[in-house]
Amino acid sequence: MNWRGAVTIYKAEMARTGRTLMQSVLAPVISTSLYFVVFGAAIGSRMESIDGVGYGAFIVPGLVMMMILMQSVSNAAIGIYFPKFNGTVYELLSAPISALEIVIGFVGAAATKSLILGALVMVTAAFFVPMEIQHPLAMIAFLVMTSVTFSLFGFIIGIWADNFEQLNIVPMLIVTPLTFLGGSFYSISVLPPFWQTVTLFNPVVYLISGFRWSFYGVSDVDIGISLAAIAGFFALCVVIVWRMFKTGYRLKT
Amino acid sequence: MTHETPSGAAEPAVLTIKGVSKTYAGGFTALKSVDLDIKKGEIFALLGPNGAGKTTLIGIVCGLVKATTGKVAVFGHDIDGDYRLTRSRIGLVPQEMSIDMFTKVADAVAYARGLFGKPSDPAWVEKVLRDLSLWDKRNEQLRTLSGGMKRRVMIAKALSHDPDILFLDEPTAGVDVELRQGMWQVVEKLRQRGKTIILTTHYIQEAEEMADRVGVIRQGEIVLVEETATLMAKLGRKQLTLQLAERLDAVPEALAVEGLTLSESGDALHFDYDTRADRTGITTLLANLNAAGVSVRDLETRQSSLEEIFVDLVGGAS
Ligand SMILES: Nc1ncnc2c1ncn2[C@@H]1O[C@H](COP(=O)(O)OP(=O)(O)OP(=O)(O)O)[C@@H](O)[C@H]1O
Ligand SMILES: [Mg+2]
Repeated sequence: MNWRGAVTIYKAEMARTGRTLMQSVLAPVISTSLYFVVFGAAIGSRMESIDGVGYGAFIVPGLVMMMILMQSVSNAAIGIYFPKFNGTVYELLSAPISALEIVIGFVGAAATKSLILGALVMVTAAFFVPMEIQHPLAMIAFLVMTSVTFSLFGFIIGIWADNFEQLNIVPMLIVTPLTFLGGSFYSISVLPPFWQTVTLFNPVVYLISGFRWSFYGVSDVDIGISLAAIAGFFALCVVIVWRMFKTGYRLKT
Repeated sequence: MTHETPSGAAEPAVLTIKGVSKTYAGGFTALKSVDLDIKKGEIFALLGPNGAGKTTLIGIVCGLVKATTGKVAVFGHDIDGDYRLTRSRIGLVPQEMSIDMFTKVADAVAYARGLFGKPSDPAWVEKVLRDLSLWDKRNEQLRTLSGGMKRRVMIAKALSHDPDILFLDEPTAGVDVELRQGMWQVVEKLRQRGKTIILTTHYIQEAEEMADRVGVIRQGEIVLVEETATLMAKLGRKQLTLQLAERLDAVPEALAVEGLTLSESGDALHFDYDTRADRTGITTLLANLNAAGVSVRDLETRQSSLEEIFVDLVGGAS
């Protein structure tokens, strides 16, 4: 194993975040704070509590998940797209480093950033709403699995993308809608039966539901199904990345 | 794959390319079954016009391009099966400017070294940067450097893990005379340390200046591999053919001179000469013919086939 190679990529990726601190840390924290002000405090005070949880507190897990999903995908995608764009991908391809080590470096860094941001959002949330975390270990497990899986997904998008438009289109057209419709701001039990069924095809529902369970012990779907869903998506991403490197897809000519 | 060295000892090739071809996704065949052996410690110039396949060939050896057919071995190890071993001994300076503009010079070099799995070694990085006159710029972001400096940073990155084989893809493109000299000094120093250097160029003068051996590549085929000295001697030779009015049985004694031969049919004389020599000997030959009373019906000169190969290369050099 070329661990040094993987760590080198990891550190360089973390340093890149440092250079764009405003964009990568401050912006997400500010935007989630706004969600709390608007949905948590302003609108939330007029909403009934859901499953015995106040509305402001109810939306915290969903917001954290939303942030982690979007940040993981876009950070990992840019991380690998950038070397393709400026040509420095030749360094990765000509170095004695395996696909696994490259993935550990890029995906590890993107997931780390997401986790830091997730923690920041939760701390921010604690200023606005009363929070409790019933199953802290499960919560951390969900955070880590989601960050890693969606960073892997972003990595795939970064390899696939040939231009900046493609780089942005998946997060914009797929990840954002799925997160908004994934029960961040409501319990799916409030939907009409037909839409409840449709919603069950949205993988993000399982993430948010499971994550919320780790906070308040209530969930829309069974926690076991949530775990299976994230594990399944993780496995799918691993297989795709493995195939991409095996065939040199969009990396080698 | 061995070569006979002057001492007679068999020396293994550091790089062996066998039957390598490349057809790109669009269907274009950039390399057609290339065979090439590179010896340890030599400076080898891959000489060829635009689109000949030089970068493609280097890309295959370095892992950027997948060969369609063929085998490549570095120090006897297959580049696919033993990629960690082969790549750790190769340094690549690509033709295109490929750098992260926002990194600092020293960080860029340290990053390249780290990718190769080598522990950080500030003393080595300092040496590399000093050799390339980049030490003063070590804390500058790459975007603030001039084009020539950026190219040198790419060389520094390639040397960061102290490779045994260095590929320089068109190292002198966009580089001024002084920098070119500096670059050759770096290359010479590397050679003295036993490193092998493979460079590409469009110019035969550059190959002559630097390389021990030259491989000429054209339209995806290696058309010739030769010691530079031998090549330069062959180059510039022309043949003068004199059609005689009357058949001769032998070259008259009065005309006998090196390079002059009688055709089989006896109705023409061939004279091989060096266009770059101070005296080609043509004037003397014609005067002697006149004195010997041999009358000439017609005459023509022809370039050697080797010369023809080089017309496009040398033509582009001026
Ligand atoms: N990615 C690619 N896809 C399709 N064709 C390619 C690709 N890269 C190179 N080619 C083609 O392969 C041929 C050889 O290209 P290559 O870059 O190896 O030439 P070269 O000898 O390095 O030329 P130059 O001196 O201009 O750098 C060219 O005709 C080029 O158009
Ligand atoms: Mg080229």
